[in-house]
Amino acid sequence: MIPVIQCKNVSKTFGGVRALTNIDFEVMPGEVHCLAGENGCGKSTLIKIIAGVCAADPGAKLSLMDQEFETLSPAQARRLGVGVIWQDHALFPEMSVAENIAIESFVGSNAKFVRHRNIEDVAQKVCERLGVSFDLNAKVKTLPIARRQLVAICRTLVSDARIVFMDEPTSSLTRTETQHLLNVVRTLTAENVAVVFVSHRLVEVLEIADRVTVLRDGQKVGVYDASEMSLAKLTEKMTGLTITPAVVGQNTNDNDTVLEVKNISRAGEYKDICFSISRGEVVGIIGLLGAGRTELALSLFGMTRPELGQIYIDGKVVNFRSNQDAIAAGIAYVSEDRLSLGLVQAQSIENNLALTVLDKTLVFGGLLSLKKKKEIVDHWIDELDVKLGNVSDAISTLSGGNQQKIAIAKWLATNPKLLILDAPTVGVDIGAREGIFKIVRDLANKGLSILLISDEVSEVYFNCNRVLHMSGGTLRREFIPACCDFSEMEDAVYGTDI
Amino acid sequence: MARIFKTHPIETWLLVLIIVASVILSAFSEQYLTLVNAFDLVNSISINVIFAVGLLVVLISGGIDISFAVAASVVQYLAFYALSYLGGGNWLIGFIVAGGLGIMLGAINAGLIHYFRVISIVVTIATFNVFFGLLMFLTKGVSLYDLPDWWTNRIIVFEREMASGSWAELTLPAVVMFGAISATWFLITYTSIGRQIYAFGDNPEGARRIGINVVAVQFIAYGWMGMMAGIGGLMQAHFMQEIVPNALIGRELDVLAAVVLGGAALGGGRGTVLGCVLGVLLMAIIQNGLNLLGVTPFAFKAIVGVILLLAITLSNVSFNELRVGLRMESTQ
Repeated sequence: MIPVIQCKNVSKTFGGVRALTNIDFEVMPGEVHCLAGENGCGKSTLIKIIAGVCAADPGAKLSLMDQEFETLSPAQARRLGVGVIWQDHALFPEMSVAENIAIESFVGSNAKFVRHRNIEDVAQKVCERLGVSFDLNAKVKTLPIARRQLVAICRTLVSDARIVFMDEPTSSLTRTETQHLLNVVRTLTAENVAVVFVSHRLVEVLEIADRVTVLRDGQKVGVYDASEMSLAKLTEKMTGLTITPAVVGQNTNDNDTVLEVKNISRAGEYKDICFSISRGEVVGIIGLLGAGRTELALSLFGMTRPELGQIYIDGKVVNFRSNQDAIAAGIAYVSEDRLSLGLVQAQSIENNLALTVLDKTLVFGGLLSLKKKKEIVDHWIDELDVKLGNVSDAISTLSGGNQQKIAIAKWLATNPKLLILDAPTVGVDIGAREGIFKIVRDLANKGLSILLISDEVSEVYFNCNRVLHMSGGTLRREFIPACCDFSEMEDAVYGTDI
Repeated sequence: MARIFKTHPIETWLLVLIIVASVILSAFSEQYLTLVNAFDLVNSISINVIFAVGLLVVLISGGIDISFAVAASVVQYLAFYALSYLGGGNWLIGFIVAGGLGIMLGAINAGLIHYFRVISIVVTIATFNVFFGLLMFLTKGVSLYDLPDWWTNRIIVFEREMASGSWAELTLPAVVMFGAISATWFLITYTSIGRQIYAFGDNPEGARRIGINVVAVQFIAYGWMGMMAGIGGLMQAHFMQEIVPNALIGRELDVLAAVVLGGAALGGGRGTVLGCVLGVLLMAIIQNGLNLLGVTPFAFKAIVGVILLLAITLSNVSFNELRVGLRMESTQ
């Protein structure tokens, strides 16, 4: 059999940094292929090169449909049957489902006019082929995320894709939705369309993939048959490390309650939330994207206000008017979106770190003391073991893991009682994640209370004393990892619908 | 009806408001609900509607244009000199010259926005000042009265004598308005590039990834606006029978308010021709009503401002969210 696509010797350099080095990659017709690797290993770069969104360094060879190319344009790649479902789906929310699906039938073609009847026919045909049904006139913005993804898949099929790349397709899907997606994938492969999965939910990927290509640091580790791979083996290939996780025990020391939340609700965000955290306890909140996790965290941090219910800190009712009140009460929040919200990317490491505590470095009634600032910065960089060249370098020069450490240090410097970590491992390599969780455990041992928000069951299971499962804006159930199975928790989380 | 309300809530609301306003006004004035007044209304909104459908296309593409009213004045002057150079001209040449000059001015905006990556509001505020400053400087603020006869002679397309003895008349600008409405509706509904303008305004990055020609989208959107500005300018000079350099200044905000009221989103990707026309019509009825009630024109300015604010707020926040927000404020 001839491969649908064959890449030889693909390298890519971004301003002196090698993102990919001499990658060979091939996919057979009708195959489900998994592209696995940690964040920043070069998976997305490889997809972008194949889709024509960015060009490979000279010397690369891309073979598609018996034709050889060094670089492709997006239009060329699509014509040759390459379809990509981007992580953000790249849909048009204000336009109808039919038009979103059929848009490529008039964009790029020489059609000057649009016949709306034709558009519906094209969309209807693809839907039938895939065995899905839509209200074709509904606007895409009214659809839930899982349905939008199906729209994106339908769109790639209109242009007769022979290979479909799916970038993190399951990250916002429940298990039922994921199963449905996998069925769609089976329909595609039955028609000899190849599917390349890029996913971090390795369990599901291994379930359906035929082969796995593993990348690490821009280099190819190898290609393996999925049937020979186990989760542990795959993780080892991806990280180059062997990690054997262990569960943390229940918080046994009967400490004072730091935070207590009674029946707080906010319309459309979360409902009737009750829980408490003691000193030195790590409590996890697990839930899929859209479960209301971040919305709850923003209320605890005073950014929004609950419409009903009370929040108590150290047994006293608090009523935060802003996050300044929350900071003063000892709450710190490391936001989920480190790139745009958590750090000032263009600023230096020391400036980022000292940003929350500028008032502690003031002397002579309002001037910054550089000496005091340096003391604070040095203390936390040492404490959290941040690897860096010079504190005056821009924060963007650090790796994801070290950036996250600075984001945490910035808040630890405010000397909080409660630290809220919202998805702290997003954009952090598997290898470096362990470093973040070690900090979490050390801080808890020193008496800091931590609320860890995540959508990865493994993260909360192995690092929290207690775990609360959130879905549809309410807390469903409490788990004690020390007294329950991993699979029990996984079933509960991925098995329920949002 | 329920279905139309669901798919076109803004248009339905506007229609309801227009009916309510008309009922109230007819109670105050017997002349209001007559064919004569209805035709007067159509004649009087025609120039604003021509501007509005042009602006609609720019708003759908995700941009904004502040400079079009001043551009229309520039076109009036340039067209006047070009036409006298061509030996007087006629309506056909007039439309071609005014439309063409308008497209050129629109292309200046599109070029600055696309090639220099400056956001549209900044570019068009700048070109607004450049156009207006140069116009006042070069004309020394002098108006033109000696327009060719074909340009200023009233053309009545339809007339009927009423029982009261007064004449109900539809004039040329009204016909041009219907042409502009139909052409814009056809552009954004039935042409490939029109749908691409929607798509680009809705999700620019997504549009780029599926290979939409971003340059074409920008030039056609601002070019369409420019063409409508030019034709609107031609009609305004015809209507007033003179060209006054600062006659149209300030019109841009009235038109913008009407188009946004008609449901076009400032973020792009949303807006219909029907909503846009109803928006202009409602504003005209309000103005008409205030005149009938003898309220000072300055009150209308204030009302335009309030409508602009309300329309923008409501297009960003749905009614439900607004209610929740208000309830929260009251519980604090």
